[in-house]
Amino acid sequence: MADMKIGAYICKGCGLGERLDCDELATIAKRDGKAQVVQQHDFLCSEDGVSMIRNDIDNEGVNRVVIAACSRRAKTDAFNFDGEVCVARANLREGVIWIRPDEDEFQETTQEMAADYVRMGCAEVKYQTPPHPAEERGCHEAILVVGGGVSGMTAALEAAKAGYPVHIVEKEAQLGGAVGQMWKDIPMHSPYTDPVEPVTRRLIEEVEANERITVHLSSRLTKTSGAPGRFSADISAESGSTTTENFGAIVMASGATPYDASKLPELGYGKSPDVVDRVEMEKLAIEADGGPIKRPSDGKEVKKVTFIQCAGQRSEKEGHLPYCSGDCCLTSIKQAMYFKDRNPDIETEVLFTDLRTPGAPGEDFYRSGQDKEVTFRKGVVSEVVAGSNGPVVKFKDLILDEDVEEEADLVVLATGMVPNSGVDIELAAGPNVEGEEEEAQTDSEGNAIEIPVESVLNLTYRQGKDLPHLKYGFNDSHFICFPYETRRTGIYASGPVRRPMDTPQAIEDATGAALKAIQALENAKLGRAAHPRSGDLSYPSFRKEGCTQCKRCTVECPFGAIDEDEERYPKFNEARCRRCGTCMGACPVRVISFENYSVDTVGQQIKNCDIPDEFDEKPRFLVLACENDAYPALDMAAMQGNSYSQWARVIPVRCLGSVNTIWITDALNSGYDGVVLMGCKKGDDYQCHFVKGSEMAHYRMSKIDDTLEQLNLEKERVETYEVAITDIERAPKLINDMAETIDKIGMSPFKF
Amino acid sequence: MSDYNQQMIEKYRGNFLKEVEANVEEGDWVKMCMQCGVCSGSCPLGPHWEHPPQEIFMMIRANKREDILSSSSMWMCTSCYNCIARCPRGLPITHIMHGLATYAKRLGLAPKEQPTAKFAQLFWDNLTKTGRVNELKLGLSLYFMNGFGEGIKTALKMKDVGLGMLKTKRMTPMEMLGGHKCKDVKGLQAMLKKAEELEEARIGKRG
Repeated sequence: MADMKIGAYICKGCGLGERLDCDELATIAKRDGKAQVVQQHDFLCSEDGVSMIRNDIDNEGVNRVVIAACSRRAKTDAFNFDGEVCVARANLREGVIWIRPDEDEFQETTQEMAADYVRMGCAEVKYQTPPHPAEERGCHEAILVVGGGVSGMTAALEAAKAGYPVHIVEKEAQLGGAVGQMWKDIPMHSPYTDPVEPVTRRLIEEVEANERITVHLSSRLTKTSGAPGRFSADISAESGSTTTENFGAIVMASGATPYDASKLPELGYGKSPDVVDRVEMEKLAIEADGGPIKRPSDGKEVKKVTFIQCAGQRSEKEGHLPYCSGDCCLTSIKQAMYFKDRNPDIETEVLFTDLRTPGAPGEDFYRSGQDKEVTFRKGVVSEVVAGSNGPVVKFKDLILDEDVEEEADLVVLATGMVPNSGVDIELAAGPNVEGEEEEAQTDSEGNAIEIPVESVLNLTYRQGKDLPHLKYGFNDSHFICFPYETRRTGIYASGPVRRPMDTPQAIEDATGAALKAIQALENAKLGRAAHPRSGDLSYPSFRKEGCTQCKRCTVECPFGAIDEDEERYPKFNEARCRRCGTCMGACPVRVISFENYSVDTVGQQIKNCDIPDEFDEKPRFLVLACENDAYPALDMAAMQGNSYSQWARVIPVRCLGSVNTIWITDALNSGYDGVVLMGCKKGDDYQCHFVKGSEMAHYRMSKIDDTLEQLNLEKERVETYEVAITDIERAPKLINDMAETIDKIGMSPFKF
Repeated sequence: MSDYNQQMIEKYRGNFLKEVEANVEEGDWVKMCMQCGVCSGSCPLGPHWEHPPQEIFMMIRANKREDILSSSSMWMCTSCYNCIARCPRGLPITHIMHGLATYAKRLGLAPKEQPTAKFAQLFWDNLTKTGRVNELKLGLSLYFMNGFGEGIKTALKMKDVGLGMLKTKRMTPMEMLGGHKCKDVKGLQAMLKKAEELEEARIGKRG
């Protein structure tokens, strides 16, 4: 930019004026930072202070603003200049005066810290340009809902109510899903005492009556391409016809399949016709329709029924589900009531190890079951065998500590649910990258839990056909922090496909996912980012001349945003991008950058920190802190009055995944004594906002030792940590540890 | 008595939970136990029970009629009310234990040599004779509860205490000759008899 004009504004409020020599900081901004306009103010975030800055922007042509005041996380409303100018925040309050003791002996180093942050702020802002919305903007408003069960229909109705057209694609010939096959459902409203009509009947009527909703029955998605705002989907009916529709966002509500009870011969399934699973139990109830329930073998009225909880679930045994499906306990109580409500003399026994009844109806419905004299017995079933008059259940009663054998007319296995989450693309990417036919996967992974072999979405994304799985095959990106989010922007998981759940939870889920889908397509219309940097206009671009087609960005992008074009160059799909910068950190030739966040914006901050020569005995070390968790933790540490080493210089990064190793080598080469990286928790129970960013960073840093060896430096000079937002005491301690390490191993030999 | 037991067995064939609900004080709470075990964990005498309350509730549901009714467990309850205070489901456990004990005695299944049961009978008999507890007689009958020899031994062991009580006029040997009584003993006894009749009638009607 030819006419770049930097304005540096130094705040003297909140004790900054008393603790720091602000005149000196102003000189530094002018001399070292090359700021053309430098102003001091007693209370910068006041109306007067902000209008001073605004006036300089409007009348003096200032287009790069450095605010030397508080943390970038504070006063964001006051210092919001609507993206017209670039803003850098030199963190003098939380980063300097609050984190350092107010004592004369530390005055000199505190002032040095502040001076460095002013220099760094001026350097950062010099390499930024104001972000512009992505060129690529989708304009399609319709929402695609995959699956016509409770969750899918609710999502469709909610989106339609908000004014968006919706298409439901359902693979079966009728709507309703799993709940549609029930005789009755668990109550959703007080009093939670008796089974009620399944909600699907009402939902189907509403969906059919809604003119904004189009339903495609007996259909599947054979191809889905594009990005939020401009998805294109081929909907193929069983009859063979295919229609192509455009969508702004997708809700994946493909639900779950009941666990295959034929894998449980030890529980008598398949051996005795009177051992049924929960779905078959519903069928028996529908057949009876309020009359006496008859057992399948000889049609005799059932007088004693035994429910076996956790059948093939919560078990590490091969072929079993390791997780709890969440609704089976309530379902068994409900099914026991089918018998008790008709005839209280029928014996109903529920054999459980831990009775889990989550959700609003849970405890009340359990009590109601007890009140109706359903017998709950804590026991582990070892075997079900055929007896003379019906199946015999052998179990160990855990309370009475004895082995029991009991004959029943009917045995119901409370089997779990397996998500219809499509192909596990991470497994698929393993042995055969080109995604061989599905049979190959089942063969090579035949002993895994259950690999749904059919793709649900058939995405044309480079990283694979379906949503990445989180755990146990469920699609979600993080069911505590970011429910409904997946690792594919604009595609939201809802209902039991994202975690096991019952009807009320699926309804709540669907409402949330519909809202997410609307947000995604509206953001796409404006060329802005979706969660978690919602509203961010910057997006990554790359310098084609420099690209070596190594494909690391396409592989490492946690969100599958980057495809390949015909010439095998990366093809960024801005609307799919979450702006984490993991691609930027991955690029070995450093050609990927954002308008306001790039290898240079951070690299120049590193370079512009003043490194005293080694005789000064003032070490400097760099802290790259994730702005989502580690940086706020340090801010909060400052608010709590903790302190950390005066030798640290902290630079926030979007995600530790965006850290390019060049920053580390540059820092060490230019005389920094150490580098501390602080990212979020990685792994299965990660806390990284960008799912894989922290993991990628840790992986990359595990290879940094070679570089250190080449430089003849000690390994201890670079440390990578997982820091949570709650680590208010630990984070400063980690910084102090580095100061101690440097004290021990000595200063870097690279100082000039 | 055993006829009555037989009668009950036939009436509730195989469903002891129903039998408890109908015949035991607060028995309709038993089905609401959720087997958390807080009662057993809270009981100060827990380690001495053959079957702690949680187990008793499970046994009721598992139809272990004889085992429960002839058990000494519920006779061990000292009415400290810890279990009631702590039960998350609000079961009146202490009352249920006493209810079970009463029912077992009524059926004639209560353990014969259980000291609590024996003491309870002695106390009742002592009290209802005059309408006042005769402490001297109650004490002596306790000494001789387990036979003459043991009674003498206990009496000798306790003689210093007895003499001390005599000296300080805490005990008078005259009580041996009948002792003090309430104003209308006849009336009291008639009242108790009537109550017993009513109880019999109630059980008869329901049982």
